Amino acid sequence: MGDYLSQIAELFSQYDIVGAFWVNIQLTFWAAILSLVLGTVLALMRISPIVSLQWAGAAYVNVLRNTPLTIIMTFMVLGIWTQLQISLAQDFATNFFRFAVVGLTIYHAAFVCEAIRSGVNTVPLGQAEAARAIGLPFLPAARLIILPQAFRGAIAPLGNTLIALLKNSTVAVAASVSTETATLMREMIENNSSVIFGIFFIFAIGFVILVIPIGLLTTSLSTRLAVRR
Amino acid sequence: MADETPSPSDARGSAQDAHPDASASSPDLGEPLVELHGVNKHFGDLHVLRDIDLTVRRGEVLVVIGPSGSGKSTLCRAINRLETIDAGEIRIDGQPLPEEGKALARLRADVGMVFQAFNLFAHKTILDNVTLGPVKVRREKSKDAKERALALLDRVGVKNQAEKMPAQLSGGQQQRVAIARALAMRPKVMLFDEPTSALDPEMINEVLDVMVALAREGMTMIVVTHEMGFARKAGNRVVFMSDGQIVEEAHPEEFFTAPRSERAKDFLSKILTH
Repeated sequence: MGDYLSQIAELFSQYDIVGAFWVNIQLTFWAAILSLVLGTVLALMRISPIVSLQWAGAAYVNVLRNTPLTIIMTFMVLGIWTQLQISLAQDFATNFFRFAVVGLTIYHAAFVCEAIRSGVNTVPLGQAEAARAIGLPFLPAARLIILPQAFRGAIAPLGNTLIALLKNSTVAVAASVSTETATLMREMIENNSSVIFGIFFIFAIGFVILVIPIGLLTTSLSTRLAVRR
Repeated sequence: MADETPSPSDARGSAQDAHPDASASSPDLGEPLVELHGVNKHFGDLHVLRDIDLTVRRGEVLVVIGPSGSGKSTLCRAINRLETIDAGEIRIDGQPLPEEGKALARLRADVGMVFQAFNLFAHKTILDNVTLGPVKVRREKSKDAKERALALLDRVGVKNQAEKMPAQLSGGQQQRVAIARALAMRPKVMLFDEPTSALDPEMINEVLDVMVALAREGMTMIVVTHEMGFARKAGNRVVFMSDGQIVEEAHPEEFFTAPRSERAKDFLSKILTH
């Protein structure tokens, strides 16, 4: 038993485990911001009065949400980079990192859009009518009246999307990001198969530690920021 | 009164014997401000507005009354196009109602609307509710807008609540803020869609008092309500609707004491007997 634990302890000095988690956090950070922006735009399209925009938004969500993330990530590298020869950076590692962010963004934006739309459904129709009645066109009404209330009503589903995004960031391995946790875990297991359970445990616990605060934060925010009616 | 509004329902006979002096109590009524011609609307199979012809003159206070489902709220909401219409024409100050876009938004800014459910912006303070339109739509300086908003809130008696959120106010207070919010846009006409129907009885008068004062100042108002007290005190004309039609038009006093149509008699007997 003592031998097992010392072997595990040695793994921490042999491999940059914390660094690997840091890569996943960075992937999550950028993809979260970008998918929030793209998801908001998509949600605006879906609630807009213009039918073609509604249609385009719905088509995007239904295609991207129903495509496996692994396929999107593989396509980023094999389709966009290898085939179309589009690069996002000169440096190999940065290039793949950015492709992974783009892949995570376009996939999760579909979920963010739907989370925001569920938030829009918490805003009574009368709010939009009152906004229109004082002469606000669609976009200012959305920006000033609907979205601020919708976001507050969407904190919990947005939190769920963020949690999924953090865990899904491990699929960056499919976009050749070689420094993140899934890649490191596989490498560690290949070289230290005798402590395979310990290795699994390290990564499982690592993600649990990262995810729990997100859940706590979104729960407390959604009650604190709830719009009183 | 040679230039008196021709009764729009003359053609249908139900109001053929309309007294020519239906709105004689306010001889200083101006030119037509809101005009509806042949307005029709369906909700699916339901014909909610049938050939509505109606003219409201500047400074007039029109009270729309009728049983629930008669189309009176839809009529009110059609005037600032919160409801679209299937046929006919609506003009405000001579201009046809735009279908959508910026032109419609501009027109709505000139038409104040007060809802049954108040619909104050729930995430904004009372003061912000009133300044939002002037600042974001009229592009007024926020200092000027704030000053005027406070004056309006003072006028409707809720100035001391300016920094609170809507949910912290009583229904009557919220509705008075909603009136102030609409007035802040300096509207040409105000629409009231059952403004007191969601209020507890003890709060109805505080809202009606504000509306009566507004009417006395010469505001053009279209008021969907069952408040006969208000209609008698401030109304120039009552329009009685039933099944999507204007059945009767008359001076308030005359309408409530001597309704001409059977449907109006029936309706009034139901709301007056208790």
